[in-house]
Amino acid sequence: MSPRTRLWVLACGVAGVAALLAVTVWRLPPFGGARHPYGERAVEAALASRVANAVASVNFDQRAFDTLGEQAILFGSVLGTVVVLRQTRDERRVEPEPAGVAGPVRRYALIALPVVLLTGVYVVAHGQLSPGGGFQGGVVAATGLHLLYVAVDYRALKRVRSVHLFTLADAAGEAGYLLLGTGGLLAGTAYLTDVLPLGTFGTLASGGTVPLLNAAIGVEVAAAVVVLLARFLDQAIEIVTSGEEGDRAPGTDGAPGTGGARPAGGTGRADGADGPHRTGRGGAG
Amino acid sequence: MDELPVALALLLVACAGTAAVATRDPVRQSLVLGVLGLALALLFTVLQAPDVALSQLAVGTALTPLMVLLSVRKVRRKARSERREEHE
Repeated sequence: MSPRTRLWVLACGVAGVAALLAVTVWRLPPFGGARHPYGERAVEAALASRVANAVASVNFDQRAFDTLGEQAILFGSVLGTVVVLRQTRDERRVEPEPAGVAGPVRRYALIALPVVLLTGVYVVAHGQLSPGGGFQGGVVAATGLHLLYVAVDYRALKRVRSVHLFTLADAAGEAGYLLLGTGGLLAGTAYLTDVLPLGTFGTLASGGTVPLLNAAIGVEVAAAVVVLLARFLDQAIEIVTSGEEGDRAPGTDGAPGTGGARPAGGTGRADGADGPHRTGRGGAG
Repeated sequence: MDELPVALALLLVACAGTAAVATRDPVRQSLVLGVLGLALALLFTVLQAPDVALSQLAVGTALTPLMVLLSVRKVRRKARSERREEHE
């Protein structure tokens, strides 16, 4: 395709999106107004099913089917990453060496680790009561686990994190959501209908299937993030292509989570301007 | 006066977003990306969307920068070894 044709295609696309966007935005109610037709109905439905957090009611009750699609996207993309980042025939593993960690970093990370894990579980469990839920709590718990890598080294993380078990947990969470939905079918109504006893408003057990679906999502997301990061970490630390530079001390400069205390890849600063640019675009996308 | 926090948060997001685009080194860019995630979380909070803010905080400030950093590390390691092969 010549650059000229390409520009025309781009122009058509931009014009189409602009037209559709203009039509949509034109009909929207004004920002910050006092009238919220959808919000009022959603809150009413949330209160009827005794879910204190209206957003959780929308996600896991009124629009539970949308959430099913969303978590399937996450499941599918993690599956794709696992396949793409697998160890191929011309790659081999280099065992990372134990690494020294600065005292304060180690202390802070080890103190924060249980707190973050507990926060993740709390956010999942209180999804139907306060802001948060399975997705948010799952990501918090999963990233919290990686504080072990910051505090000690990759070998310690690997000892705790069995990728096999987390893969199973990922699938179990996904299956759990699908199977919980069939409860509605068994009760004779639609798929994913909230058919369980609703409980008392404002308690942990309120909302029928909402907390259960939240828990399923929490397990799925936490396991998915751990598996995803495991593949990335494997590629960045352990797996080397034949002929690739065997890392000198992978554990030492491999703590990107420390917020710039020791920038990962700092040794590559002397790289030409072209390399980082290309990777930068890939990363930002 | 009610709109002031929203306006400030929007301004912060615009600044952080511009900085993320303007930064060319991917390692620094990932850190700026974390700041952008934090600014977005702040914006969602003042717009009374704490659920979205929590997601943004978890994914935008921790997960995405981490994945960018790990990718950069892998790519640079590969580039280094390829350059070395050329020298030999």
